Amino acid sequence: MKRFDLERIGLGLAAPVLALIVAALLSSIALVISGNSPLHTFNAMLNYGTQPETVVQTINKATIYYLSGLAVAVGFRMNLFNIGVDGQYQIAAFFAAVVGGWLLLPGPLLIIVVVLVAVVVGALWAGIAAVLKVTRGVSEVISTIMLNVIGGGIVAYLLDPHRLGTIVGTQQVTTKPMPADAYLPGIPVKGGEIYGFVIVAIACGIAYWVLLGRTRFGFDLRATGLSETAAVASGVSVRKMVIRTMLISGGIAGLVGMPLLLGSSHAYAQDFPTGYGFSGIAIALLGRNNPIGIALGALLWSFLEQSAQILDLEGVPKEIVTIMQGVTVLSVVIAYELVRRFSLAQQQRRVGAELRASAATAGTGEGSPA
Amino acid sequence: MTSAPAPARATIAVQLRGITKRFPGVVANRDIDIAVRAGTVHAIVGENGAGKSTLMKILYGMQKPDEGSIEVDGRPVNFSSPADAIAAGIGMVHQHFMLADNLTVLENVVLGAEPGGFGRLDFRAARRRIMEISDSYGLDVQPDRLLEELGVGDRQRVEILKVLYRGARILILDEPTAVLVPQEVDELFGNLQELKSEGITILFISHKLDEVLAVADEITVVRRGTTVATVLPADVTARRLAELMVGGELPSPETRESTVRPEVVLDVRGLTVRAEEGRPVVDDVSLTIHAGEVLGVAGVEGNGQAELVDAIIGLRPATGTVRLGDRDLTDLNTRRRREAGIGFIPEDRQRQGLLLEAPLWENRILGHQSQRPNVTGPWIDRAGARADTERIVREYDVRTPGIDVAASALSGGNQQKLIVGREMSGDPVLLLAAHPTRGVDVGAQAQIWDALRTARAAGLAVLLISADLDELIGLSDTIEVILRGRMVGTADPRTVTPEELGSAMTGAGGTAEPAGPDRAGAPRHAAGTVAPADGAGSGRHAAGGGDAVPPDSGPGADPDLDTPLPGRQGPGLTGTGTTGTGDLANDPDVRGEERP
Repeated sequence: MKRFDLERIGLGLAAPVLALIVAALLSSIALVISGNSPLHTFNAMLNYGTQPETVVQTINKATIYYLSGLAVAVGFRMNLFNIGVDGQYQIAAFFAAVVGGWLLLPGPLLIIVVVLVAVVVGALWAGIAAVLKVTRGVSEVISTIMLNVIGGGIVAYLLDPHRLGTIVGTQQVTTKPMPADAYLPGIPVKGGEIYGFVIVAIACGIAYWVLLGRTRFGFDLRATGLSETAAVASGVSVRKMVIRTMLISGGIAGLVGMPLLLGSSHAYAQDFPTGYGFSGIAIALLGRNNPIGIALGALLWSFLEQSAQILDLEGVPKEIVTIMQGVTVLSVVIAYELVRRFSLAQQQRRVGAELRASAATAGTGEGSPA
Repeated sequence: MTSAPAPARATIAVQLRGITKRFPGVVANRDIDIAVRAGTVHAIVGENGAGKSTLMKILYGMQKPDEGSIEVDGRPVNFSSPADAIAAGIGMVHQHFMLADNLTVLENVVLGAEPGGFGRLDFRAARRRIMEISDSYGLDVQPDRLLEELGVGDRQRVEILKVLYRGARILILDEPTAVLVPQEVDELFGNLQELKSEGITILFISHKLDEVLAVADEITVVRRGTTVATVLPADVTARRLAELMVGGELPSPETRESTVRPEVVLDVRGLTVRAEEGRPVVDDVSLTIHAGEVLGVAGVEGNGQAELVDAIIGLRPATGTVRLGDRDLTDLNTRRRREAGIGFIPEDRQRQGLLLEAPLWENRILGHQSQRPNVTGPWIDRAGARADTERIVREYDVRTPGIDVAASALSGGNQQKLIVGREMSGDPVLLLAAHPTRGVDVGAQAQIWDALRTARAAGLAVLLISADLDELIGLSDTIEVILRGRMVGTADPRTVTPEELGSAMTGAGGTAEPAGPDRAGAPRHAAGTVAPADGAGSGRHAAGGGDAVPPDSGPGADPDLDTPLPGRQGPGLTGTGTTGTGDLANDPDVRGEERP
């Protein structure tokens, strides 16, 4: 069994290493084609990316990506494709910011309320797609994409000086800023401050791991993802699972905007960033829906993005990083599939060997083909 | 029936020598030697998992042999893809049809081999060719019908035509009768004779011995991946073939001393399940199973058995009541019903019984997610589940190197032993066993039977669904016959023969074919998936077209036929007016009028 575990770890490492080598090679080809030196580019990125300031930026962005990746991954584990994390976190952050600006509460309490509002709004927004799926059979892929647009529209409509918005300073429309005592303090390190919300993100990762690996609910969820028919026969109510999983996914999605809202912007302005939900999909794929994998994926994603800031100064178009990110996701998906097949064949070989051994002793062989 | 004097009797169409194919861990084929004479039907028989399919995949170029040679029409060939095999004149008719429903027959046939050129489709020429082929082989195909309008038999002819259209002279038919009703089987055999007389060579893969004996000119038996004998049908009986297939003594499922106790475990009243369009697929079924009793349900597949089991476990909405002991389960969901003490061996173990990619110990939890030793409260008890998986592996002899391998790595028989062990865990009071030994090897079959017998002796009530009549007769205390969703009669397994049961199942009173030559006085046997091993009278052939063409009220229709008492003793089929065979009534519609 020991040997088996070691081999499993070996196989687990093989895939990402293989993937990163392939991704680096393909990115180099892209760089060469565009007339740049791969070595020079990688070197510049590495140098800039390891500056303390960049590291802080990388970790902060990775915190956001990590939450987004977790939100997507929960759904993936039961074959539920929540493409709507993007809309869910925007609408959640918006309403959380509105509550944070209007509610008069002591700072720490207000922070908790704001976070809860974000979770509830995110979950409800995702819940619409879940209800449509279980009552009307609407694919969650379609409905969540549409809800992204609707959510964006609602936020844009409400973020108006005559409604829930105000004008601060220049012409920027924003929600009423949160009071200063509700600023979530950061963790000061060399090079800047890390979002305090990183603690919550880590806690979410641990909760995700416990929920999926150690609880009955998690077992039902994974069983549904592996084989819906088997899960149903085992007594899982797929409808309930769809609703619950979507609510959890949307709830986590609601947290995506929080590091920014509580840590730096303290209000939801028109320039509140979008698109983190889609990065989350790529990061969940990169991390193979594993909480540690997603963390590494989020860090890599964020590192590529941050370190690319230097490329314009080096005369390399920084859009090259988008190619790198895409190539990395592809390589990872393919590498893991290869390793998965290899390890399955390995297992079958071992079962076969076992059968032969027992056949030799018991005299009753069995030769069923694979 | 016997080897017809084919035009080119001496020439060998396909010669396989020393074919060996290894898969990770298992040798699927080893030293296969087969010579197929041109213009004959050559049957390859063997149990599920004996290596027939692998062999055919090698011959069709889907897999490359590790060793050995293939000659087609005397020329050595080396296929690296089905395209090579097609070029050499070999065509394959798959068990599962590869046809597009929304296209016409014509379009389906030309798909992938479109006539004409420069982007233009020459349908006129194609239609001419199709009609030529259809006429010369008597396939009776209408090129302009939409595929979705066609029945299964017609679709199969389209598949055959498709292969012939591509110039095949050697046809591989992989389990062609598995999807056909008896009448269509007869039609298919007629088509095969026609093809043969036109010089086409046919390789017929099957494990249904009566069919093989009826259609083949020569039979090659495959066992554990190798060829064990090639025989002429005239020289063997079904029983001898079955023995060649399983290699020795056929195991027996028989249990005779009754362990039935008075207390009622399962009580189903007026259960009705409707198909989506409203037609009842289980129609007002009532049944009772006592502790220590095995109730077997006999029926041609598709007569409501699967739906009955689904309704009892709560997978399908139904009307009527289901009581387990003194508890009413009617309004409970599947999980609550399982918790109440129902074990469930589903019909399709890979789709419903297992998480193929998950390790064995997680599969131990499946279906028992809310029960010890798998969980404590909301938490999974990994140690408990793992320890109990070790116990199942040990007690049920699941052949595996450990409990961390994925379920998909196990062979079918070992997967099933794991499922049986799991469903027997936690002291169920009722076991729903749908085809518990289908597709498993003989050794595993005997072990599963043993497990069922032991549990029955300990007071377990079992609802047994099986297509293997010998298994049903051997294991059951009572047999109920289901036909078009209704329970149409009760049989006493101590006296009923597979032939009688077979004709009762089809509602075709008295139309069963005569029993096989070695039928009389022979002890009952089951040969695993060989199902009707005891002569042409049982199983598929006994159906005699009954399902497709319901006869009018059979001669023995008995107005008093009513739900008989389980465990009731009596000769043969209770509910028949006479004790003779095949007189059981018949058309449920007729019976329906006679009901109160």
